[in-house]
Amino acid sequence: MHRLLPFVFATLLPLLASAADAPSYTLTLKDHRYQPSELRIPADTRVRLELVNHDASPEEFESDDFPAEKIVMPNSRTSLFIGPLKAGRYRFYGDFHQPTAQGTLVVE
Amino acid sequence: MWAVALLVFREVLEAALIVSVVAAATRGVMRRGWFVGGGIVLGIFGAVLVALSAGLLAAAFSGVGQELFNAGVLLAAVLMIGWHVLWMSSHGRELSRQMRELGSAVHSGASSLGLLLAVVALAVLREGSEVVLFLYGMRAGGAEHLWAGLSIGVVAGAALGFALYAGLLRIPMRHFFGITNAMLVLLAAGLASTAARYLIQADWLPAWGNQLWDSSWLLGNGSLLGQTAHVLVGYDAQPAGMQMVFYALTLLALWIGARFARRQPATRPVDGTAAAHPAC
Repeated sequence: MHRLLPFVFATLLPLLASAADAPSYTLTLKDHRYQPSELRIPADTRVRLELVNHDASPEEFESDDFPAEKIVMPNSRTSLFIGPLKAGRYRFYGDFHQPTAQGTLVVE
Repeated sequence: MWAVALLVFREVLEAALIVSVVAAATRGVMRRGWFVGGGIVLGIFGAVLVALSAGLLAAAFSGVGQELFNAGVLLAAVLMIGWHVLWMSSHGRELSRQMRELGSAVHSGASSLGLLLAVVALAVLREGSEVVLFLYGMRAGGAEHLWAGLSIGVVAGAALGFALYAGLLRIPMRHFFGITNAMLVLLAAGLASTAARYLIQADWLPAWGNQLWDSSWLLGNGSLLGQTAHVLVGYDAQPAGMQMVFYALTLLALWIGARFARRQPATRPVDGTAAAHPAC
């Protein structure tokens, strides 16, 4: 039965609820701090988050309050999808520089 | 130094918990120390390789290479653990009976040992690559006492892994493989659920309901206990529906598979004497 799992996954994969047209928001990292440190996004909406890293070291965007875990390499950018989230405040951080890389997602 | 130690500790802990369960589950297998050790060493090499190619990985598949890689590694581990669980379902009973009688390592050719070496390697590779990237960044930033932090983190994480392992070994032999097998099943289900989370983040899978519930008031994802529960049983304070689907599918597949495997008579008695045991 477990051998069927890959096929189950393979058949599930095309059932995409595409978020290609999700609104995009940008978070910038500089000196291991997020700018803006408070990012406002709409509630109950899937959002594409652009991460731009201006530092010379990698960072991992991560949160314990909503599912997100993505490494952004030095002087480069990447993106990930988050939500839809209910209204509220959600903390996120940079796993590699936690003392400074802290921010809040304000979902409203 | 303590920031370094803390991050390293958390990554090492995740890998160490998986390695401990695998090591316990292969109790009594000859040369398994070499397999587990070999898996760890392979994993460390792999981690450095992955970290070195992190830039390539980040750019692959129009930006979701990292998510696909993680999901792929996790699902590969799920399949390998699953195979071992099924193998143990048909052989575990004889194994524990033999070990009760003879009291030590008796069987040599556990067919799924190579797979579990791969599971250990994959666990170390996934967590280790983050540690390597982190240390690289810290060094670039001129942080001090890197080696001290690294050592403290590794020792502390490994110590908790050993503690779990030592605890597992105290389980009476009669129940031992039943319990380690169940732990492997939950471990696999949790890994499958984490794989789903990466695929949702990459927008390759729909979430089928975000935040099905929120139990972070009880046990947060970021707490040490929450993280441990996350590794061992796939705990997530705010799971998505798709994660539950992956979790349930894995549990179901292994449960049905194990029942099926148990009904098949073992192909040959391990010790050559009549090893007949009641089916099911």
